[in-house]
Amino acid sequence: MAENDVVVIAERVVGGHPDVTFELLGKAKEIASALGGEVHCLVVGDSEGHECLGASDHLHLVEGEHLWPYNPHAWESAVSALLSELKPRLVLASTGTVGIDLCGALAAQSGAMLASYVVDLSLEGSSLVAVAQLYGGKLMAECDLGEGPAFVTAIPGSFAGLAARVDGVADPIAHGHEGAEVRMRHVALTEPEKTGVDITSEEVLVSVGRGIGGQSNIELAQELAEVLGAGLSASRPVIDQGWLPKAHQVGKSGKKVKPKVYLALGISGAPEHLEGMRQAELIIACNTDATAPIFEVAHYGTTADLFDLVPEILDLIGG
Amino acid sequence: MKIVVAMRQIADLVEELEVDASGADIDREFVKFVSNEWDEAALEEALCLKEAHGGEVVVVGVDDVDFDQTLFGALAKGADRAVKLSCGFEGWMPTAVRAEILARWLKDEAFDLVLTGVQAADDLDGQLAGVLGARLGLPHAAVVVGLEPDGEGFKVTQELGGGVTLTSHATGPLVLGIQAARQAPRYVPISRIRQAMSAGGIEEVEVEAPPARAPRVTRLFAPEAKGRAEMLGDKPSEVAARILELIRAKGVGVS
Ligand SMILES: Cc1cc2nc3c(=O)[nH]c(=O)nc-3n(C[C@H](O)[C@H](O)[C@H](O)COP(=O)(O)OP(=O)(O)OC[C@H]3O[C@@H](n4cnc5c(N)ncnc54)[C@H](O)[C@@H]3O)c2cc1C
Ligand SMILES: Nc1ncnc2c1ncn2[C@@H]1O[C@H](COP(=O)(O)O)[C@@H](O)[C@H]1O
Repeated sequence: MAENDVVVIAERVVGGHPDVTFELLGKAKEIASALGGEVHCLVVGDSEGHECLGASDHLHLVEGEHLWPYNPHAWESAVSALLSELKPRLVLASTGTVGIDLCGALAAQSGAMLASYVVDLSLEGSSLVAVAQLYGGKLMAECDLGEGPAFVTAIPGSFAGLAARVDGVADPIAHGHEGAEVRMRHVALTEPEKTGVDITSEEVLVSVGRGIGGQSNIELAQELAEVLGAGLSASRPVIDQGWLPKAHQVGKSGKKVKPKVYLALGISGAPEHLEGMRQAELIIACNTDATAPIFEVAHYGTTADLFDLVPEILDLIGG
Repeated sequence: MKIVVAMRQIADLVEELEVDASGADIDREFVKFVSNEWDEAALEEALCLKEAHGGEVVVVGVDDVDFDQTLFGALAKGADRAVKLSCGFEGWMPTAVRAEILARWLKDEAFDLVLTGVQAADDLDGQLAGVLGARLGLPHAAVVVGLEPDGEGFKVTQELGGGVTLTSHATGPLVLGIQAARQAPRYVPISRIRQAMSAGGIEEVEVEAPPARAPRVTRLFAPEAKGRAEMLGDKPSEVAARILELIRAKGVGVS
């Protein structure tokens, strides 16, 4: 029965299908089997490499001139059309750009429930219950999505244990899309510039967040990085303020790093930052706020002030 | 060009957040509220566009704790109008409700762009730009880091993750969720904010808070201390020594 089906929106926009799609497929299978429904996966635009999406019961390939490269308005129109045919109980996407673009709008259009920043999802009785990470990861909200149709955008990595990469799908279903009403057209897709800086190859990273306070203090962190033989990386606000170039950014919209040691100075640990560094072997965090979420992923932590701590480390090495 | 910037207040995440007696919301009595940082980026982008191409910047939002401060700040920075939509709502406002209030007000405003922050930290039921875009029947995009007028419409650049960016052309009006403006939000001296305050100039509009479908929060709680860090104390000299030991034990960096 369609009303028990679960749809996963494949969010591939460049390269191969991202890990999060397989995590969503794993969760979709779990929820669909509890509901007694089936899993549909929607691939929009370029269908290359769809073979790995075999965890779905039905694979829908939506093709149309406007749909590749990714075009938010065209994808919304195409996905909306398909969802009104499929009428699923649940639609899963991630908290990435595609999920943010589509899910709020599609849920609003269809009057469905939406939960975002979700890290856990289950069926309790006949209700979907989600746990979302709010306030930059400081609090979790358990919420009831009821018995009707719902959209869920999940934080990548949350369902990693369920990731389902399965090769081979019987008979993908092709759909066309006219796109007459699409009011956006593609201009350019730009891959990141290859600069000299490569924070992904460093064994040790000294990483600074907004707690570093200003451009003039970057030097202090730079000095620490030098004596530790480490690279210097940063959270997004440091980049957006122009204190360091983009190539130094760790996180969802920056680089994913996996150093042996990640020393986080004045970083709160928002989910978008954690997405880029939680795989580091040893995470040491310095943050004056004992409730900062960075301490949830760090192995060691201190609430010392970074401006007291860093000079002490420099002294110890220097002397 | 008329640009509407939708702004709001959010609990200051630098502070400790406590859960109230209901167990399903933050304790709003004691929390400090600040302007949502991404809305400040949206305002900055709007002001830069106005400076480069002319036009009008109107800041609007649903009234909330200390929202006047945000509005006066915006006026001091160069916004032309500041509008406060008052409905007496208290507690956590779902995005769906906020979008509906804004949409009803926007129907009488001719605009080219609605800019808002890419997210707010309590957007449990979705980020505003998409929900509002759908409600208004307009094209929208999130995670926007570039915006330029271009012929009949705008060139919009979004981040797609991992450093990949996408530029599209869209004919307006549009609703955009701004991730970062072309420059960091400008600083405005307190004296200019005081001037704006004494000049008044906030337009207050009484509105109704419509019902909307949103998830029902049953429990708000601090993350369970699963993998919590082992704390090294807070005495800098001792912590410094421990950190060096830990790094050396990994056999990397400093010898
Ligand atoms: C679509 C999207 C993509 C994003 N991508 C990324 C990304 O790639 N990377 C990223 O990092 N963020 C990203 N973000 C932003 C993310 O949500 C957070 O806003 C950001 O990570 C916060 O950075 P921060 O921890 O440096 O700053 P804050 O959250 O402001 O934290 C600063 C911390 O410093 C501490 N502090 C202050 N002073 C001191 C001191 N003297 N000593 C010690 N500690 C101190 C404070 O207690 C606070 O916890 C993205 C957001 C969105 C919506
Ligand atoms: N090929 C891709 N297609 C679509 N989304 C992606 C892709 N790669 C990564 N993402 C998304 O972008 C975010 C950052 O991923 P990354 O590029 O690995 O840093 C992740 O949250 C993914 O959801």
